Amino acid sequence: MFNKSKLSPVISPENDRETAVELHGVNKWYGAFHVLKDLSLSVRSGERVVVCGPSGSGKSTMIRCINRLEEHQRGRIVVNGTELTADLRNIDSIRGNAGMVFQHFNLFPHLTVLENCTLAPIWVKKMRKREAESVAREYLRRVRIEDKAGSYPGQLSGGQQQRAAIARALCMNPKVMLFDEPTSALDPEMVKEVLDTMKSLAAEGMTMLCVTHEMGFAREVADRVVFMDRGEIVEAATPAGFFTNPRSERAQQFLRQILK
Amino acid sequence: MTTTLPVAAAFQHEYIPTSPPPADIRPSPVTWARKNLFSSPFSCLLTVCFTGLAVWLVSQFLSFALINAVWSGDSEVCRANPNGACWSFIRAKLNYLQYGAYPATERWRVDLTQVIGAILIAWLLWRNAPRRNTAALLFFGVYPIVGFALLRGVEAIGLPVIDAMLWGGMMITLLMSVVGIVFSLPLGVVLALGRRSELPIVKAVCVFYIEVVRGVPFITVLFMANFMMPLFVPEALTPDRLLRPMIGTALFSAAYMAEVVRAGLQAIPRGQYEGAQALGVGYFTMMRLNILPQALTIVIPGIVSTFIGLFKDTTLVAIVGIADFLRAVEAARIDPNWAGPTISSTGYLFAAIIYWFFCFGMSRYSQSVERHLARGHKS
Repeated sequence: MFNKSKLSPVISPENDRETAVELHGVNKWYGAFHVLKDLSLSVRSGERVVVCGPSGSGKSTMIRCINRLEEHQRGRIVVNGTELTADLRNIDSIRGNAGMVFQHFNLFPHLTVLENCTLAPIWVKKMRKREAESVAREYLRRVRIEDKAGSYPGQLSGGQQQRAAIARALCMNPKVMLFDEPTSALDPEMVKEVLDTMKSLAAEGMTMLCVTHEMGFAREVADRVVFMDRGEIVEAATPAGFFTNPRSERAQQFLRQILK
Repeated sequence: MTTTLPVAAAFQHEYIPTSPPPADIRPSPVTWARKNLFSSPFSCLLTVCFTGLAVWLVSQFLSFALINAVWSGDSEVCRANPNGACWSFIRAKLNYLQYGAYPATERWRVDLTQVIGAILIAWLLWRNAPRRNTAALLFFGVYPIVGFALLRGVEAIGLPVIDAMLWGGMMITLLMSVVGIVFSLPLGVVLALGRRSELPIVKAVCVFYIEVVRGVPFITVLFMANFMMPLFVPEALTPDRLLRPMIGTALFSAAYMAEVVRAGLQAIPRGQYEGAQALGVGYFTMMRLNILPQALTIVIPGIVSTFIGLFKDTTLVAIVGIADFLRAVEAARIDPNWAGPTISSTGYLFAAIIYWFFCFGMSRYSQSVERHLARGHKS
C-alpha cells in the first residue's frame, strides 16, 4: 500500500541487529498490588512483537513503562541504547524515538489533523512549519487520510482517527512504534483499516511492540508472540508455535477462550 | 464514513422519498404558541396573567424612562415633573461622571487613552483581524506605558502631572477593570497550574494563596492594601494610592480565576496529557498548546462570570476614597442645585444601564467565542 517515498527509510540496514527495546527484571507496584513481576524482554530492531494476555495481566502497563507514561520501580529499561532513568533528558529522547498509539487515539480535539501531526515536529524537533507540514501530509497520504488534513478529529470516524494518530506518531520519525490496544475502541468494520495500516508499517520494517487482542494480526505479522498473565511473561514464542502448540496451561486456557 | 473501503460500493442504495411533516407539527407561530403558551387551561391562565404583568412593568418603565422623562431644561423643569426621569441632569453631569475632578482642559488625554484602548481591544477581540499579534504586543507592551504617561502626565513632554486624587468617574472604573482583567487571568492560570503541580512546595504556596484570598472579603483586601501596606512597606516603595487597590483587585480576582481554571484543567482527560507526553512534548509546550486551550474553552462561562464580578466589584474601591463611576453618580445625585424628586432614581437608573451595558457586552462576546470554539469538538 505504501509507495516508495522520499522520506528516510524507517530502518536503516546498519542498525538491523541492534536491540531496540530491552527490559531487565522490571517490577512495578500500584500500592501493594504487584502489577509487573520481573519482566525481561528484548526486542531487536525491525522485530514485530505482539503482546497478548487476559485483561489485567499488565500488558498495557508494561508498554506504558517503555516510554515512561508509567514509572517502574525496579529493574532496567533500555530503549534504543538509552536507559530510562529519572533524568528528564533521557525520557525526552526516548519519547522522541518511540511513537505511541493509544486505545482511545488521544488526538487533540481542538487542532486539525494536520496540526495534530505537526505539533511535535515543530515544537520538539524545532522543524520549520512548512517542512513539518509536508512531512505530515506525506504520512497522512500513507495512512490514506490526506483529504482529512484540514478536518478536526471529531469529524472523523474512529478508524480514521486511529490512522491519524498513527500518522502523528510517525511524524516524529520514531525508531520503535508502541501500540496499546489500537483497535479495541473501534467498531468492527473499522478494525480492518487500522490493522491494514499497521501491516504495511510492519512490511516497511518498523520495529513494533503491539498489545492487541487481534490474533489474526498476530499470526500474520508478528515475529514473536509474548503471552502475559498476572504481571508475568508466561510464554514467548513464534506465532506458529504459540497458536498451534502453547506450552503453558494458562496460555492454552486463554487461547481456548478467545479462539472459541 | 468508511468511504475508503471498497465494500461500500457493494451496497445498493435506494433512497426513501422524503415526506413533509403533518400540518399540526410543522413549525409556525400558531403551532408554536398553541404548544408552548396555550396547551391547557392552566397554561392559558398563566400566559394571560404574566403577559399582563409584563406589559404593565414595561409600560411603567417606559413611561418613567422615556415618555414622561425630561430631556432638556434645567433643574426647575425636573422638579416640576415627579413622574419621569431627569435626563438633563445626567447631561449636565456627564463630564463629571466620566472624568471626576480631572481638569477640564486636560480631559482630551483621558479620551485619547480610552480611544486607543478601545481600538486595541477591538483589534484583539475581532477574530478575523489581521496581525493580532501586533495588537497584543501594543496592548500589553506599549499601551500601559502610553496610557500611564497620558493619564498621569510627564512634565518633560509638556503634559502636566494630574494627581490621582483628581481622577474619578468612568475612567477609574474602566482603568480598574481593564487592569484587573488583564492581570487576573494569567495570574489565575499560573495559580491553577501551581495548585495541580506535583512539586509540593509550589502546590502548597498556591493552595495557601488561593484559600487565604478567597477566605477574606474583598473590602478587607482593599483596606489592607490601602492602610496596612504603608505600615509594612517603606514609604519610597509604597505604590500610588490608586495603584494599591488596582493590585488588590487583580490579586483578589486571580484567586477566584485560579479555581475556575482548575475546574477546566480537571475536565481534560488524562489521555490528552499522555498523547502529548508520548510525543516528547515538554510540560510548558503541552500546557500552552494542548491543555490550556481546551481547558480555558470549557470554562469561558466561568471566566467571564469572574470578569463581570470583577467589573462590578470595582465599585467597592469607593470605600478607600477613590471616586469610581458609582461614587461619582452618588456625589452628583446629592448636588443641592439639582435637588428634585427623580434625581436619585435617574442617577441610579443611569448607573444600572451603564453597568449592564458593559456586562452584557462581555457576556455576548463570550458566547460568540464559545460558538466559534465549539467547532469540531466531539471526541
